Amino acid sequence: MTAAEAAPEPAAVPHALEVDPLLDDPATRIVVCCGAGGVGKTTTAAALGLRAAERGRKVVVLTIDPARRLAQSMGIEELDNTPRRVPGAGTDAGGELHAMMLDMKRTFDEIVEAHADPERARAILANPFYQSLSAGFAGTQEYMAMEKLGQLRARDEWDLIVVDTPPSRSALDFLDAPKRLGSFLDGRLIRALMAPAKVGGRAGMKFLNVGMSMMTGTLGKLLGGQLLRDVQTFVAAMDTMFGGFRTRADATYRLLQAPGTAFLVVAAPERDALREAAYFVERLAAEDMPLEGLVLNRVHGSAATGLSAERALAAAENLDGARMVDQGDGQTRVGGPAATSPEAPAPEPTTEVPPADAELTAGLLRLHAERMQVLARERRTRDRFTELHPDVPLAEVPALAADVHDLTTLRAIGAHLATPRQDR
Amino acid sequence: MSRLQVVSGKGGTGKTTVAAALALALATEGRRTLLVEVEGRQGIAQLFETEALPYEERKIAVAPGGGEVYALAIDAERALLDYLQMFYKLGAAGRALKKLGAIDFATTIAPGVRDVLLTGKACEAVRRKDGAGRFVYDHVVMDAPPTGRVTRFLNVNDEVAGLARMGPVHHQAQSVMRVIKSPETAVHLVTLLEEMPVQETADGVAELRAAGLPVGDVLVNMVRPRLLDEDAVRAAAGDRRAGVARALAAAGVSGPERLVDPLLAQAAEHARRVELEREQREALAKLRTPVRELPLLGGGVDLAGLYHLARTLRRDLGVSDA
Repeated sequence: MTAAEAAPEPAAVPHALEVDPLLDDPATRIVVCCGAGGVGKTTTAAALGLRAAERGRKVVVLTIDPARRLAQSMGIEELDNTPRRVPGAGTDAGGELHAMMLDMKRTFDEIVEAHADPERARAILANPFYQSLSAGFAGTQEYMAMEKLGQLRARDEWDLIVVDTPPSRSALDFLDAPKRLGSFLDGRLIRALMAPAKVGGRAGMKFLNVGMSMMTGTLGKLLGGQLLRDVQTFVAAMDTMFGGFRTRADATYRLLQAPGTAFLVVAAPERDALREAAYFVERLAAEDMPLEGLVLNRVHGSAATGLSAERALAAAENLDGARMVDQGDGQTRVGGPAATSPEAPAPEPTTEVPPADAELTAGLLRLHAERMQVLARERRTRDRFTELHPDVPLAEVPALAADVHDLTTLRAIGAHLATPRQDR
Repeated sequence: MSRLQVVSGKGGTGKTTVAAALALALATEGRRTLLVEVEGRQGIAQLFETEALPYEERKIAVAPGGGEVYALAIDAERALLDYLQMFYKLGAAGRALKKLGAIDFATTIAPGVRDVLLTGKACEAVRRKDGAGRFVYDHVVMDAPPTGRVTRFLNVNDEVAGLARMGPVHHQAQSVMRVIKSPETAVHLVTLLEEMPVQETADGVAELRAAGLPVGDVLVNMVRPRLLDEDAVRAAAGDRRAGVARALAAAGVSGPERLVDPLLAQAAEHARRVELEREQREALAKLRTPVRELPLLGGGVDLAGLYHLARTLRRDLGVSDA
């Protein structure tokens, strides 16, 4: 018998993600939650933060764009860019929970104010190009989230920072944006834009200078001279800060690679979300970023998995059949056409079921069949992921009937995260 | 039907799927639609199970009745180089600009230029005519950025027209704005019957209206079938355990007693969900936009599922069936 003919290899079983040891370890200083939009990243970040705080750590949760009710539940409706103590988070173990919502424009303004003298800062803040840039071209939010993370870490007031990542068009933008913005702000183009002013008088640079004016001329034609002038004024005003931006982007990047940082990829058991998660897992590995595991939100379960979808549907049909042979005395005799089909074993012909019970029970069975089909689909999707990435530990959080409105629900989610999953 | 159909929605609501289904639905009776992707995610290619889309319009599906769906993944950098070529015949200079990072600058850094190029390309496809003076595409369907960013995305031309007060970018921005703010355009928002997406949809509708952008329909995706009517759900909450156990036994289910509690618990969950969904439907009704529902695809979204959604949309939108 060759290996190929042996019993098929069972599906890869992932390890359980050990959430509590991760949160309790004093060496863990940053947890980054990332993943596609709409998979519950912010909720996961909040639940992890609450759990860590209630287990005795001093935690700050940095959220990017929380849903209103979630923000309310943590008392951070004000967008003031400062961490606030979350009332109601347990302190018995000596921990504290703080939370904040990112204000990206304010964060950008703060960098300018911190790195330029007051007059120059005023000029930058008033520049129309700066105002557009800071209010959110693609990438500012990602850059500012990482900037804020760096600031919080530098303050060293918290044992643990849990950070949510922006709902980017690609889940990875927050890795790339700092580099992109950094390389733009102190890159060749900026220097080129500055160049005519700086090298104007030097004969040896004449050729270069012609190239430059051709280029600024082209950009000027394209964008309009006035925007180009705004950019040049902005660049002149920001000149002293450029090196700073690059350095900061690099520092943030190194912080993400540091041993105290753990990445959690968040997903839902759906094809697109897990495809994005798989891409992320590969990308983190390529960037030497420490991946801790996968959090799978909104997983459906059932306490009656012993009853398969097929058998539930067959039984529901039996009961439908029963109703068709209602005997007029308010009782039905099970034994209609469906029950005599070869697939379904004929039930006891003497059992009598009131039609209302038969109808209700058939409904319950159909509901169960639907649930079992959802379970099977989610499981197939998950197995596809774990087959490709068997080394990624996994935590599952069951689907909740309603959105998160309070700390009690967040606490329950935290408990699920920390409970080893039971294979369904 | 508006000629430019913009589809947005909160992440995870399936906006790419709905946009693709809409493009299929509108491509009936020999009509031709263009499905446009602007976020470089290659979601359309994955959906139609084809290889990654290049930066060119290519036929990806045939609709019932001979209609055709074309797709285009707009690449901002290529769109800018095309544009420079078109206006300035900038072959070599374009490459020089690229070397210096100016193209990067214009497509990813300069506020809004990227979005101007993306919306501009879509509007160009809307207006394009063939030699006989007929529109090349009957409809252009855009898989747009998510609800939180779509107003800014569509309105970027106003902002850019303000920043770049002259020059071709300024003119381009203004002409795009004329298309986007006209009845030729409809902006649809995809949602689920859940609190967060519905809230975001309500915010999105308000933002679009405040910006003077034409709000189209709210498309509720992944609507689950109602398997128990409300009476049954209420009854399940009462004490019907004995009756259910008897019925399960009569139906030939083994171990009926052990199943009663789990099945009733699932019914109670279902009841909560039905109630929540009712609340969300009420919230959507207050938006004063047409609301259309699309069913949850039991087997997940595949090509067959896509055609099924297209058929549902065709019926709901009153597009004559082929």
